Amino acid sequence: MKFPIFLDNHSTTPMDPRVLDTMLPYFCEKFGNAASRNHPFGWEAEEAVERARQQIAQLIHADAKELVFTSGATESDNLALKGVLEMYKEKGDHIITSATEHRAVLDTAKSLESKKGVKVTYLPVDKYGMVNPDDVRNAITDKTILISIMMANNEIGTINPIKEIGKIAKEKGILFHCDATQGVGKIPVNVQEMGIDLMAFSAHKIYGPKGVGALYVRKKAPRVRLAPIIDGGGHERGMRSGTLPVPLIVGFGKACELCEQEMPTESVKLAGLRDRLQDGIMKHLDEVYLNGHPTQRLPHNLNISFAYVEGESLLMGVKEIALSSGSACTSATLEPSYVLRALGVGSDLAHSSIRFGLGRFNTAEEVDYTAKRIIEIVTKLREMSPLYEMAKEGIDLKSVQWTAH
Amino acid sequence: MAYSDKVVDHFNNPRNMGSFKKDEDGVGTGIVGAPECGDVMKLQIKVQNDTIVDAKFKTFGCGSAIASSSLATEWLKGKTIEEAQQIKNTDIVQELNLPPVKIHCSVLAEDAIKAALNDYKKKAEDNK
Repeated sequence: MKFPIFLDNHSTTPMDPRVLDTMLPYFCEKFGNAASRNHPFGWEAEEAVERARQQIAQLIHADAKELVFTSGATESDNLALKGVLEMYKEKGDHIITSATEHRAVLDTAKSLESKKGVKVTYLPVDKYGMVNPDDVRNAITDKTILISIMMANNEIGTINPIKEIGKIAKEKGILFHCDATQGVGKIPVNVQEMGIDLMAFSAHKIYGPKGVGALYVRKKAPRVRLAPIIDGGGHERGMRSGTLPVPLIVGFGKACELCEQEMPTESVKLAGLRDRLQDGIMKHLDEVYLNGHPTQRLPHNLNISFAYVEGESLLMGVKEIALSSGSACTSATLEPSYVLRALGVGSDLAHSSIRFGLGRFNTAEEVDYTAKRIIEIVTKLREMSPLYEMAKEGIDLKSVQWTAH
Repeated sequence: MAYSDKVVDHFNNPRNMGSFKKDEDGVGTGIVGAPECGDVMKLQIKVQNDTIVDAKFKTFGCGSAIASSSLATEWLKGKTIEEAQQIKNTDIVQELNLPPVKIHCSVLAEDAIKAALNDYKKKAEDNK
């Protein structure tokens, strides 16, 4: 076993060596600008980009022409929300989204609220973190121009009923954007069947390179138009200017091709490892709670709260395993996860949560080791926890007058 | 975030972790913080002839919170009540090299010391 063990595959994934091999020729030899129309260097680059576009489109059942390359999912989310709100401002100014979206959507929505006077409805989620399609329907007004709901949550792995929401959007003639960063490459995604009009995703979550992502923009029924947020040479049908990062795009394409080929076996393997980890931990510890949906969840996600133990100290106790307490984007702050809070998880248990993210290269040996170490450290920290002591003495922690600080 | 070596040492080898019986003679107990805020410290002192002869802690919180309370127990032992009053959170920050986001851990430790001292004094008053 090699240390440290990487179990934080929701934050990023190691690049697959097969992806790197495909990328390498496009740095020094085939370095052309895909927009150069007058010489073979450009043609070669353009050809490579178009091949990658096909590979990516195939994974999500889209047409290659419907993909706009960006720097990553954050930019794709920004482009979807800002581009639609700007382009369709005559039609309305209302967005529907949910409380557990990634910050790339939430903060973009907040920025539109404060700078552009856009109205945003943040739908609540149920105790498993799932959006109720009826809530989406009920939130629609005659000013609604965009629904933005994530495919699967990055912290708790809950998968939303995307197809149902897509159906409602179609019925009402409202554009539907889906942040599918955690879903693409991990679970089957079909933009046609799911009724998705815009979809953000990125390469580095699926064993591809960092720095490249895509926005799927529907071309037919309806033809979605976007106001660009980056102006320039008019690349990507005018929606995203800037020279295409050919090696990254080539890697993105290969990563998608591999995901498509391996998903049937890989998702079964990962779900098996996930269950093994969950059972291994839960069999030996009491007062351990699963966060997220018990069945409608990503195959590689496990999010657990360990009562009476603070998450950061837990991570510190298993330094040889790379894990996350809540989202990596919020770990610099002291606030507990807003996703868990939206599920109704108490602040105390939100502080006690750990996210395990399994990936293509993890092994059963690593999972068993992790379960063993987690049990050890939780037991040790509970010995050290005044809360555990009080609970064992029969004191109801909710009845205690704490001195909040 | 990278922890200082001293924080890591206290976390891996906590000093004086445990509990005294709250009603034991000469024991003062301070419990500060809240589970909702992510840290709760319990600090206890055992006093004989105005001197702290023993101290114990239990902490729910991050590594810095655990280290701050562990360090506090080390410092308390052997001090008089008067001397113990003088321990400041800034001393803890300095000793453990706490970064700005973790300063509240040291504040909590100082609060816990004060709470334990007050509890001891109150009990001593009551027993007079």
